[in-house]
Amino acid sequence: MAKQKKKFNILEHELVPRHEIVPPDEAIRILRELNIRPEQLPWLRVTDPVAREIGAKPGDIVRIYRKSPTAGEIVVYRYVVGY
Amino acid sequence: MVEEKIIKEIKFGILSPDEIRKMSVTAIVTSELYDEDGRPVPGGLMDPRLGAIAPGQVCMTCGNDAKTCPGHFGHIELARPVIHVGFAKYIHDILRATCRRCGRVLLPEAELKRYLRLLDRLEERWPLLAKLLVTVVKKKASKVTECPHCGERQYKIVFDKPYTFYEDRPEGRIQLTPLEIRTRLERIPNDDVRLLGLDPQSARPEWMVLTVLPVPPVHVRPSIVLETGIHAEDDLTHKLADIVRTNERLRELLDSGAPQTLIDEHWALLQYHVATYIDNELPRIPVARHRGGRPLKGLAQRLKGKEGRFRGNLSGKRVDYSARTVISPDPNISINEVGVPVEIAKILTVRVPVTSWNIEEMRRYVLNGPDKWPGANYVIRSDGRKIDLRYADRKRIAEMLEPGWFVERHLRDGDIVLFNRQPSLHRMSIMAHIVKVLPGKTFRLNLLVCPPYNADFDGDEMNLHVPRTEEAQAEARELMLVQYHILSPRYGGPIIGGLQDYISGAYLLTSKATLLSIEDVVDLLSAAGYRGEIPEPAILSPKKRWTGKQLVSLFLPKEFNFRGKARVSAGIFACENEWCWNDSFITIKKGELLTGVLDKKAVGAEQPENMMHWLIKEYGTDYARYVYDHMFKMFIRFIEKRGFTMTIDDVALPPEAKEKIREVLKEAEKKVYELIEIYKQGKLEPVPGRTLEESLELRILDVLSEARKKVEDITVNYLDPFNNVFIMARTGARGNELNITQMAALLGQQSVRGERIHRGYLGRFLPHFKPGDLGPAARGFVYSSFYDGLSPVEVFFHAAGGREGLVDTAVRTSQSGYMQRRLINALQDLRVEYDGTVRTPYGELVQFVYGEDGVDPMKSAHGKAVNIDREIERVIGWRV
Repeated sequence: MAKQKKKFNILEHELVPRHEIVPPDEAIRILRELNIRPEQLPWLRVTDPVAREIGAKPGDIVRIYRKSPTAGEIVVYRYVVGY
Repeated sequence: MVEEKIIKEIKFGILSPDEIRKMSVTAIVTSELYDEDGRPVPGGLMDPRLGAIAPGQVCMTCGNDAKTCPGHFGHIELARPVIHVGFAKYIHDILRATCRRCGRVLLPEAELKRYLRLLDRLEERWPLLAKLLVTVVKKKASKVTECPHCGERQYKIVFDKPYTFYEDRPEGRIQLTPLEIRTRLERIPNDDVRLLGLDPQSARPEWMVLTVLPVPPVHVRPSIVLETGIHAEDDLTHKLADIVRTNERLRELLDSGAPQTLIDEHWALLQYHVATYIDNELPRIPVARHRGGRPLKGLAQRLKGKEGRFRGNLSGKRVDYSARTVISPDPNISINEVGVPVEIAKILTVRVPVTSWNIEEMRRYVLNGPDKWPGANYVIRSDGRKIDLRYADRKRIAEMLEPGWFVERHLRDGDIVLFNRQPSLHRMSIMAHIVKVLPGKTFRLNLLVCPPYNADFDGDEMNLHVPRTEEAQAEARELMLVQYHILSPRYGGPIIGGLQDYISGAYLLTSKATLLSIEDVVDLLSAAGYRGEIPEPAILSPKKRWTGKQLVSLFLPKEFNFRGKARVSAGIFACENEWCWNDSFITIKKGELLTGVLDKKAVGAEQPENMMHWLIKEYGTDYARYVYDHMFKMFIRFIEKRGFTMTIDDVALPPEAKEKIREVLKEAEKKVYELIEIYKQGKLEPVPGRTLEESLELRILDVLSEARKKVEDITVNYLDPFNNVFIMARTGARGNELNITQMAALLGQQSVRGERIHRGYLGRFLPHFKPGDLGPAARGFVYSSFYDGLSPVEVFFHAAGGREGLVDTAVRTSQSGYMQRRLINALQDLRVEYDGTVRTPYGELVQFVYGEDGVDPMKSAHGKAVNIDREIERVIGWRV
């Protein structure tokens, strides 16, 4: 993890929506539902601060619960990539 | 059936000298273009073998005539190689990464092997990553100072833009000639070329240094014959002639063994000519010019920019079957129609197949010919031959006409056309209209469609396009017709609606004070084109009188219910429900307008959730069109009968009001001077994050704007709420209360950049004030109104503030225009799939649900999926 000692936990920041790693079996279900290959999802870098914090690895699918001005709360997915 | 071919990929490469020679039909060896007889010189730049362009001329290479000859390339054998400026950057990269003696990439053998294997794998699955690897290799290799293969010491390569290279050797900075550079590039083995990101099959690095220059066919650089018979050659031809001339001179010098300095001089000149031929806007290089001083257009200039090949000729082009002229209003045509001048209708044509059902009609058109409307301009026979009716015997052709032929007939009433006004910012900027051919020279359009086009009639011009195929016409009619665009997809409300006099008219007509005689009723309803019974009068005795509300109700559906505040519901005229004397709460029950007046909130354009919105949603666009075409005409007919104007007296205030205003201002002024006093004593409490001066300014602005607000209240109270100016402001037809205050009471604070105006002389805006004067008058507070007139100094303040507004709009439009262009380029290929996701053409996800809620604002209740209140109302009837 980051070399420098963190001053606060970014996951608790107001502007950071809730992220969670999707278990593999569920991930397969989601991909089948959307009828896509994983790399057709929007990407999330492993170096992304939140990805690092929750320990996502390349190949993982991350679920994000976001606030939306039109629909209240929505669920989106990101595909974690290596670079 | 034509075989269908699909483009799977496009690969770009560099032309090799061999390829250039292979595709060339002749070498160009002389800069002369024509001989004494004016015939093109063989071996010159206009060599007939390069293609036929004159009509009747047969190509010496392919035997085709001017229409079908595709043109053929020639070539110039350069006496000495020169750098291709477009590749100079890459040449530099490659030189730095390779050995100056053995040509290998400057990394150990094992590492090269590893990278090559990695590259193979990446190219197969991750082409983007392969590009990244190449940059890593280049970066690593450029840092090496000794070749790991041959042990040669590497020197720093300096790239002097745009096409000169130096090497920092121990003995000093030495220039590398293109010849040396080329031999170095030649030495790089194919495998190493791949590691540098090039495909050696289609782009060997040494091909970036030109030894043979392709000469484009004459079609690319046509010469224009002037009336005087003199040939004016294309810029490219001129440039190529320069190249050939220097090239031949250089060759002579080389053959005769001239001194090196002279050769170098001509070599540099050749390099300059070739470089400017490709791109004549190179940095640090003098632009090549015409004899007249006009810069020549290089190859790059033909492609680049807004007028260039891509943006000017491929992404957008000039089209036939279109017209453009000034627009003017016509309230008597439907919102779906457009008035087209006869002159234009005689030029724009529609191609109609002749059938046994329309042959008589078509004969009439043919007989009328191109000059008499409705006529026809051309006839196309069944064998495809086009007959120009200007020169033909029309009687004979009309007789010959038979099914299977086509007639290019004039535009006539009922044809469908696309109508457009720039800037085309949203889809309502291009809508389909139904043609109505009218006398005059302008396009006529209904005033209600001004908002979607953002048009007015101060000289605006609009474009008109005729869809030619039946598919296109049907599509335009069913999808693009104005009535299908009344609701805007932007915010889900009606974008088409009343403006200005329509709103004032609606208000005056539906106002409680309006009582109409039978003559008025008949006139209004006939102006509106109403067909049906006249209702029972609202007042029977002493005379029969009708209300405007009754007339409006005639145009409402029998089951229509609506409740809502009117825009005039404000201040002393506010209404919270229908039980209110002020008549500013609209109640429509069972298609009867019971209370309330119609104003901007009910019939205005761009007003979501208004009366028109629900009418359209619940009764469809055909009904909406009927209402817009008929009911709205009643509004302007009424205001026309009643008379509506504005006079200076409408903004005249009684003396007591002026006295009150003076007091308010005096008080505010006192407060300002108190603040200044406190500031001078240094006792002013600063606003957090501001300096003392800024805090003072903010405080003063607060005080003054508060004073202005008070003045506005006084003004509004003292003016007659039923004078025409005030009616316009209250109903939303035009202007607002601030505008009225500025006319009647005072202009208020003028500002530049949100601050009081202070720039100008040292410590003061104008020499009329003392330096350091912080009072309201010295910093742009205008005490006069437009009614009273401004003092010269006040005029100056007002002008300064007004100028800022003008500059702002100019800057904003250009900035938002560019932003829009970039957004459109980024988003144009996205689409909503059937599963509700938004995807790119490759199936990549952009949004998991369109708009995150899957709602189409056009078909929703103002952004929400359903309006529960409205639905309940509809199902159980009137809601108490």
